[in-house]
Amino acid sequence: MLNNFPLWPQQASTLAPHVDALYIFLLIVTGMMALLVFVVVIFFAARFRHRPGVRAEQIEGSTALEITWSAIPFAIFMVIFAWGAVVYFKERTPPADATEVYVVAKQWMWKVEHAEGQREINELHVPVGRDVKLIMTSQDVIHSFYIPAFRIKQDVLPGRYTVEWFRATKPGVYHLFCAEYCGTQHSGMVGSIIVQEPAQYEAWMNGGSTGPLSATGEKIFAELGCVTCHRTDTQGRGPNLQGVFGKPVRLEDGRTVTADENYLRECILDPGAKRVKGFQPIMPTFQGLVSEEQVNALVAYIKSISAAKPAAGAKTNASFATPRDPNQIQAQADVKAQAQPNAQPNRSQVQ
Amino acid sequence: MSMATAIPQPAERENYLNKEYGVWSWLLTTDHKRIALLYLISITFFFFIGGFFALLIRLELLTPAGDLVQADTYNKLFTMHGMVMIFFFLIPSIPAVLGNFLVPLMIGAKDLAFPRINLLSWYLYIIGGVMMLHCMLTGGVDTGWTFYAPFSTSFTNTKIVEAGLAIFVAGFSSILTGLNFVVTIHRMRAPGMTWSRLPLFIWAHYATSIIQLLGTPVVAVTIVLVAAERALHLGIFDPKLGGDPLLFQHLFWFYSHPAVYIMILPSMGVVTEIIACFSRKRIFGYHFVAFSSIAIAVFGFLVWAHHMFVAGISVYSALVFSFLSYAVALPSAIKVFNWTATLYKGSIHYDAPMLYAFGFLGLFTIGGLTGLFLSALGINVHVTDTYFVVAHFHYIMVGGAVMGYLGGMHFWWPKISGRLYPEGWARLAALIVFIGFNLTFFPQFVLGYMGMPRRYYDYSHMPEFQVLNVLSTAGATVLGVGYLLPMVYFLWSMRYGKPASDNPWNAAGLEWKTASPPPTFNFDEEPVVTWEAYNYEELDAPHSEEVPVAR
Repeated sequence: MLNNFPLWPQQASTLAPHVDALYIFLLIVTGMMALLVFVVVIFFAARFRHRPGVRAEQIEGSTALEITWSAIPFAIFMVIFAWGAVVYFKERTPPADATEVYVVAKQWMWKVEHAEGQREINELHVPVGRDVKLIMTSQDVIHSFYIPAFRIKQDVLPGRYTVEWFRATKPGVYHLFCAEYCGTQHSGMVGSIIVQEPAQYEAWMNGGSTGPLSATGEKIFAELGCVTCHRTDTQGRGPNLQGVFGKPVRLEDGRTVTADENYLRECILDPGAKRVKGFQPIMPTFQGLVSEEQVNALVAYIKSISAAKPAAGAKTNASFATPRDPNQIQAQADVKAQAQPNAQPNRSQVQ
Repeated sequence: MSMATAIPQPAERENYLNKEYGVWSWLLTTDHKRIALLYLISITFFFFIGGFFALLIRLELLTPAGDLVQADTYNKLFTMHGMVMIFFFLIPSIPAVLGNFLVPLMIGAKDLAFPRINLLSWYLYIIGGVMMLHCMLTGGVDTGWTFYAPFSTSFTNTKIVEAGLAIFVAGFSSILTGLNFVVTIHRMRAPGMTWSRLPLFIWAHYATSIIQLLGTPVVAVTIVLVAAERALHLGIFDPKLGGDPLLFQHLFWFYSHPAVYIMILPSMGVVTEIIACFSRKRIFGYHFVAFSSIAIAVFGFLVWAHHMFVAGISVYSALVFSFLSYAVALPSAIKVFNWTATLYKGSIHYDAPMLYAFGFLGLFTIGGLTGLFLSALGINVHVTDTYFVVAHFHYIMVGGAVMGYLGGMHFWWPKISGRLYPEGWARLAALIVFIGFNLTFFPQFVLGYMGMPRRYYDYSHMPEFQVLNVLSTAGATVLGVGYLLPMVYFLWSMRYGKPASDNPWNAAGLEWKTASPPPTFNFDEEPVVTWEAYNYEELDAPHSEEVPVAR
């Protein structure tokens, strides 16, 4: 019976117990508040029901009472508020070394691309016990990536990246829903999150990959001719992109922005909007020329040539699936070799 | 009694109903009471259209597979259900019917400040309504009542512009009603009717009117921008055209959150009157109840982004809007406590209006408390856009607002029609509505926390949700019966009901000091107020009709 009539969602992420704890706290607190109101109302209604000959006693009010029943609920509200905010900060702050997965939403499917190059549709394979960060964008309308068992949800917008993260705790297959109404087949835009033990996950990972996403990005970077201006020395007509990711960038209009995923994306699709100081507005827009997946690959590539800090990078790679392809290892090594000597001049040029 | 075909009447007094006859005497009337009845008929019509859509939605969800209607049809059903219920029923419901009828009567005025603008507002409502009907009959809209861009501006090929225009026009009807009330309450109070002697129904309508005046223009502008982007491809909301989809959500919710208070505040006003009357007491903490209405109107404008916690706003703005959402919850809590305290040492009667008021208290309390879940950021992420939200806002807007509306209709029906409705049936209907409502919407809280998203017509991937959905659909049919009953016996009572006295409840308030139904200009002579609101002590004093035995 309870299989057909569950009353509580599965708990399968590190976040879920935090959300459930607050939820249970709220159930108890609001349940008591409701009970208090109902019991008092019913008691008064019964005790002070109309009886012939008994008249109501007029009471003006009581400021002391008003203050009491304002202050106590407000204090309770503030506890809920603070607790809710703490959980939310956890939800919204991906750990720095999380594995990155790119998600492209479109009417009515989820396209997933792992950094290692694995692609999936309406499915997402993840290992137990690893932080996974989803970098998401939409090709058309607003969608929302919702995994009830993980208690996470984030709208996926066209024209920008949004991010959510989780760490799965229990192997299994969980619902993936689109939670933002997106048109005819909105209710068909569902899928599965497949949480596997690390060994199984590795096995899955090793089946038929097209090479890492950053390598795809490198190829596109060359094909589109980006390399002709964004050279790896200081002589290019565009900024050198090595080491740029995550760093502050001084703009022509005097502002400084952080070169995050959204900034890189905007520079590809709308290069004039936030132009780097000291460079001419000569870059054409690639809006309509590259697909969302290609933008993701380019961003992944630019990030890969910015993995300057060996400490953080090494840790990520260590916890990552071991590269299977010797060429890939070589490619990464090459990238690093290129990146290191130029690190210093780059920074001065970009800032 | 039903055998009697006609009750012999003593030469009837002239009143607003029998003064003139004929279609034009109604369609060209400037009498606020007749306009209120015009509104009553029109919103009832739209209520049953919206209710019909709701029933189809519930029937589709009876089984997990999408088997009753097609996906597009379902999407149009919930869209039209929302648009009709919100813009053509809930927003005008209490203000345009009961408010229109009662605001001048309660403050001792002959009419609203601008009687012809009042008629104009009804015509705007009808024009908007006809456009909406035309839009529905020729294809409808499938964006959800929220019109989220860029789906609405660049993707759907349903009738966005027409539906938007219908809402735009109806919005002006709402603005004009609000304007009329504000001016009337400021300028047309009878001598002696000071601000602190106003019935709390008037305070609630004053607060509502302010929201209508300040909020509605924003949604009107938003709709124009949607139409402009759709028709002229101006880049406003669609990122492909250089726009920002979050801008749409900010603009939309800047109106549409306060709009929730347009729906619930008047209902709170109604319930305040009913509780005072049937407890035979003045309202506990009059000033706190009055100012909590104003506080809701003010804070209501500062919480819109709590609809957007997962939409992509920054963590810090989410923090601010979460905090402010708790601030707006407080005045509502204060009201609930004051209503409860009013019962204390009262002399409580269980007539039908009071049963509706009790129902309101129960449902509104649950609706309000579940709002605390949604304002908690960490929980909001999980339950937003699920059935938890659906249940929450139905508890407020149907459980609260409609319960209050029905309570008010029963309370003032003798004044409006001059007839009494059958009390037994009315109590039964109140009970059926209360039970049906809870059966329909309570399971949806559980569904929501389980993770069932809104606006899914097919849940065959998650058959585990079926049992709760069956309960909900069963409740909806009960609820439907509960809503049909009052319409039947109100209509019946217009012909067969016992004639009502001027003040059948022995209630306080100027509206009860004139005839039932009132004459066209409300009072035979201008009333002069020398007493405080809710002077039940004087009304129940030994010299009045009901002579109490000494204790």
